Amino acid sequence: MKEKYLINARIIDPKKQIDEFGGLIIDINGKIKAVGKKVSNGNLPSGIDKIDLKKHILIPGIVDMRVFVGEPGYEYKENFRTLSNAALSGGVTSVVSMPNTLPVIDNVSMVDFLKRRGRDKSKINIYPAASLTRNAEGKQMTEFGLLKKKGIIAFTDGVKTIQDPQVMSRIMNYAGESDALIMQHAEDNILSSGGLINEGEISTRLGLKGIPSLAEKIIVERDLSFLEEYHCKYHISQISSKKTLSIIKKAKEEGKIFSTGVSINNLSLNENDIGDFRTFLKLSPPLRTEEDRLSLIKAIDEDLVEVIVSDHKPEDEESKRLTFAKAATGATGIETLLPLALELFHNGSLKLNKIIASLTSNPAKILNIDKGNLEIGSDADLCIFDINKPWVVNKGELLSKSKNTPIEDRKLQGQIIKTFIKGEIAFERA
Amino acid sequence: MAVIKKFKAVKISQNHLLGVQDLTYSEVSYILDEAKTFIKLNKSTSKKTDALRGKTQINLFFEPSTRTQSSFELAGKRLGADVMSMNIVNSAIKKGETLIDTAMTLNAMHPDIIVVRHQDSGAPNLLSQKVNCSVINAGDGRREHPTQALLDALTIINRRGKVEGLKIAICGDILHSRVARSNIYLMNMLGAEINVVAPKTLLPHSIERLGVKVFTDMKKGLDNCDIVMMLRLQNERMQGSFLPSAREYYEYFGLTPDKMEVAKKDALIMHPGPMNRGVEIDTNLADDINRSVIKEQVELGVAVRMACLKIYCKKM
Repeated sequence: MKEKYLINARIIDPKKQIDEFGGLIIDINGKIKAVGKKVSNGNLPSGIDKIDLKKHILIPGIVDMRVFVGEPGYEYKENFRTLSNAALSGGVTSVVSMPNTLPVIDNVSMVDFLKRRGRDKSKINIYPAASLTRNAEGKQMTEFGLLKKKGIIAFTDGVKTIQDPQVMSRIMNYAGESDALIMQHAEDNILSSGGLINEGEISTRLGLKGIPSLAEKIIVERDLSFLEEYHCKYHISQISSKKTLSIIKKAKEEGKIFSTGVSINNLSLNENDIGDFRTFLKLSPPLRTEEDRLSLIKAIDEDLVEVIVSDHKPEDEESKRLTFAKAATGATGIETLLPLALELFHNGSLKLNKIIASLTSNPAKILNIDKGNLEIGSDADLCIFDINKPWVVNKGELLSKSKNTPIEDRKLQGQIIKTFIKGEIAFERA
Repeated sequence: MAVIKKFKAVKISQNHLLGVQDLTYSEVSYILDEAKTFIKLNKSTSKKTDALRGKTQINLFFEPSTRTQSSFELAGKRLGADVMSMNIVNSAIKKGETLIDTAMTLNAMHPDIIVVRHQDSGAPNLLSQKVNCSVINAGDGRREHPTQALLDALTIINRRGKVEGLKIAICGDILHSRVARSNIYLMNMLGAEINVVAPKTLLPHSIERLGVKVFTDMKKGLDNCDIVMMLRLQNERMQGSFLPSAREYYEYFGLTPDKMEVAKKDALIMHPGPMNRGVEIDTNLADDINRSVIKEQVELGVAVRMACLKIYCKKM
């Protein structure tokens, strides 16, 4: 590999608190050699090839903490190759994949398989999460120690919540020892049983059983109580309601250490978007009220919520062409994660730096991985985007194998131009 | 309903009858006006017309139903349509065929109208997007049962002349009831004042946003009412954790003569059926010919469904 010289970019790295015009040099090993305003056309020897980024924004490659891939078992929804292509076109260079596959990722031999497949078929960095419990059944905990030894950095039952308080307390107690990151999807199954959308006026009008926000709050409240007794690395995968935020705020004020994520869907859509039974907006956690959405945005601004995820969940069209009750839950979103997040910048809801931090340095810090930054010596995983480019989401043009985008026809502003993985251009928009 | 004449020329804007929520005041008046013409016909010795001769009507019932299905079947036959009722228990749906595939199959047989009942809210909406004929919702999940509300309105108009200005109490399992929802929309549109009365566990979230007053005490909710609409309490609700027992429910929410005393003297009692005597309604009250119009509801149901079939069949 030859050295590469990227010049004339606005460089933003929330970890190093950089926001300046300059360039970046990639060394022959694909690592960052130099970065910042000193890397400019004038300071570089003439006669070498330079990549002019035309004042576009250069950030660390995005780290997406919640992504579903269909391998093994659901390859028809998404495989590593299609996920990788979709991610790269969205500027995402690292993902944490959820263990809800067939079979569930709950033992070391599955991890070997995943790592091999991921390495052979995809360009992006894949960090598989293993399940917290065997077969994600919420009963018997998995081998955190052995799995960690194999390189697993996060544990979660993915779409499922550990319901049994005794099992959860033991997981948190045991995991504290091994320093494993525990990620919980917060939903009380009994309270949300049969629920399809947010409980409220819309669910009453559509005649769909509601999911109360209490179902989320109660699990968060429970787990944060356990955290007083058992110190482990605890992360709430996604929250959706204002009620939960009040609990998080209180816990942070008490000095509890944990982290929280939110799906881009809950920041950009609300329950009204479901309209006339649009199954593509059947999500978990559900889309809630506008008041909830606004409170989540404010929570990012106030650092109560640290991470924005795509919650990319590919589902084939057949499983969405059903009645709302029978349709599959989830939406794709890895390709539109950054552009949709930029909407929050363009409409004045959030500062650009906050958005970028929630997509890069914050998740990397929680996962304890050397990604999501532009440190000298780090892998040159980069995302370069045009912050103003207008475009319209068209599912036919998206690269994910499944086309269940919740924002078909949405007009967005901001598009990824180039994505680098380990110093190589892995995606380039024509 | 003198107002009907004025709107006689009004046509229906939608191709399907999916819910009262989609109807306008003039469309409702048009349907009820049309229904009135069938009341007399249904009482005569020769009940058949040829309004829908040559038309094919398919009744697609995914949920067991006796009265609604037979009412639609009779309505279609009296209009001269060829009526086919699909028995879902033996159909491909049980073998895993999706609603859309069933719709496509039926659509290939060129029906003119499909009457559908489904346990999932929104199923008729989905169906209507995939077929080339009109779809009439005969009840979907907890969402809507538009022909029931229309027949209830016709029953009230038949007895009281109009709905406007009346005070109507809807009592019982509002949470799971599509009849309650459709009636709330329709009676509101027609200018009634609506009370809903139920234990809190059987009230849907934010129900007051639909334009009703909420009561958890029968005597307060029924006070000075012109119409008392009772809803069926399904047995399985009793076994869940919604209520402690049928006995306690009857004590506090069952319609009994002493509770009826607070309503207007000439207040009418309605019930969409089938009734649980002794659970939600006192058996003598249900049969009280001076107050109960439950049988009349069934009778006018055929007329309303004839009107809907005729109007929507001609839409496409």
